[in-house]
Amino acid sequence: MAAGPYSEKVMDHFMNPRNVGEIESADGIGEVGNPACGDMMRLYLKIDEGKVVDAKFRTFGCGAAIASSSMLTEMIKGKTVDEARAITNQHVADALDGLPAVKIHCSVMAEQAVKSALDDYVKKHAG
Amino acid sequence: MTKAFFDHISTTPLDPRVFEAMRPYFLDRYGNPSSHIHDQGQAALRAVDQARAEVAALIGAKAGEIVFTSGATESNNLAVLGAAEGAGAAKRHVVVSGVEHFSVMNALIPLRNAGYEVTILPVDRNGGIDPDAVRKALRADTALLSVMHANSEIGTIEPVGPIGRIAKEAGVTFHVDATASAGHIPVDIREIPADLVTLSAHNFYGPKGAGALYLREGTKVVPRTFGGFQEMGYRAGTENVPAVVGMGAAAILAGREMGAWAEHLSGLGKTLWDGLAAIPMLHYTGHPSERLPGHVSFWVEHVEGESLLLFLNMKGVMAASGSACSSNLRGHDEEDLVASPVLRAIGVPSDICTGSITFSLGKGNTADEVRLALDALPGIVERLRAMSPTYLDFQKQQVKGG
Repeated sequence: MAAGPYSEKVMDHFMNPRNVGEIESADGIGEVGNPACGDMMRLYLKIDEGKVVDAKFRTFGCGAAIASSSMLTEMIKGKTVDEARAITNQHVADALDGLPAVKIHCSVMAEQAVKSALDDYVKKHAG
Repeated sequence: MTKAFFDHISTTPLDPRVFEAMRPYFLDRYGNPSSHIHDQGQAALRAVDQARAEVAALIGAKAGEIVFTSGATESNNLAVLGAAEGAGAAKRHVVVSGVEHFSVMNALIPLRNAGYEVTILPVDRNGGIDPDAVRKALRADTALLSVMHANSEIGTIEPVGPIGRIAKEAGVTFHVDATASAGHIPVDIREIPADLVTLSAHNFYGPKGAGALYLREGTKVVPRTFGGFQEMGYRAGTENVPAVVGMGAAAILAGREMGAWAEHLSGLGKTLWDGLAAIPMLHYTGHPSERLPGHVSFWVEHVEGESLLLFLNMKGVMAASGSACSSNLRGHDEEDLVASPVLRAIGVPSDICTGSITFSLGKGNTADEVRLALDALPGIVERLRAMSPTYLDFQKQQVKGG
């Protein structure tokens, strides 16, 4: 159901977020945002043979932040590392049928979270 | 499904008796009060004058001291800008509290641009203003002091009586924004020595689109609108007659019934207040006793305000947040997305809180509706915390520490 300024898809992912949680011994962890700015996201990735085999998140934030996090985890699962890195905030916002203008930064946070988690993966596996 | 509207601080439902008083002025009595040579105009003029007397009576003023406006924003703009200019070229200093409404705060922008100096009064952790701080802030060149009567976000009632006496001693024009308080607690200009008072009809069961500014006789205010000589020259433009009539009717009801409303609201507010104690790490905001009846405000650690409100709405409970994140949802600027200025002013740590929740109850609310909110809240808080990385870290720290 749609509520207030959000699309039905945003509300669905907000009310029933996919992939909430942590991954023990994750291959990459990304953390972006800051509760003082209203939202913070932590993304955990399990990567096997260059592919994102699992993704989980925890987010403190508004409806758009939680929905963006949830949608992002769905989008990157099964993708190669390069494909996951290519995801932009626009892809996330589009997949949610759009976000209110003032909430675009929530989708940006999702994009930054996956890049940060992949950077962490590269760093961990560099040696 | 039971629905509970707990956002009366944003607006109140129109009282059906007010609507009945307004009804004839939409279709049958459509005259313009300024064109009163004929019967229609006369009827409109009489209606506006009667409403003026009714609104005046609510605050112990004379009818001739009430100027009708489109609402609180216009009244606040007129008071701040009009009185600053009215004080004359030698007075270029304005003092306001740090918790004023945007319609006061943002009216300071053109004043600053015009070279006025602005002093923002600090508030204590309950949002209260210290009259001594007012005394220190006022100067020989102070044109205006503006302090709200009650804060909409945290409910605190300010000591506008003592503050007004200080302003009077100093010879400074004193404006009180009584938008949140008028019609709910007594606002009497014989007790509050204010020169200007802002009133809003839709905040006390009247219609939207009607407000008033009380101007004590002799107060110098320069108008902001230019046109005809309506409203004693302070506010050009044809009066919104049905809304003005509604404001008068609402003022009569409030004057007669606010004591009973307050008693009802205080009871419900206490039930809500007591029930919230069951939620761990919940912090009340505002003054514990000097506050609006039926106004309960708080913030919850590791829970973001908008998410909480969205879930509450799904359960039929409509409340509001002072957090910019939700209240400025329709804003256009990411800079709007900062923690609430009021919360910042009262020193709530911004790293664990981005928004306070405000439950503002109204005369139509019931104990069942309060129960609905109390039943819904713990589960929502738990659910959002389970999703929060900050709560996860907090729990891990607890385990380590204990």
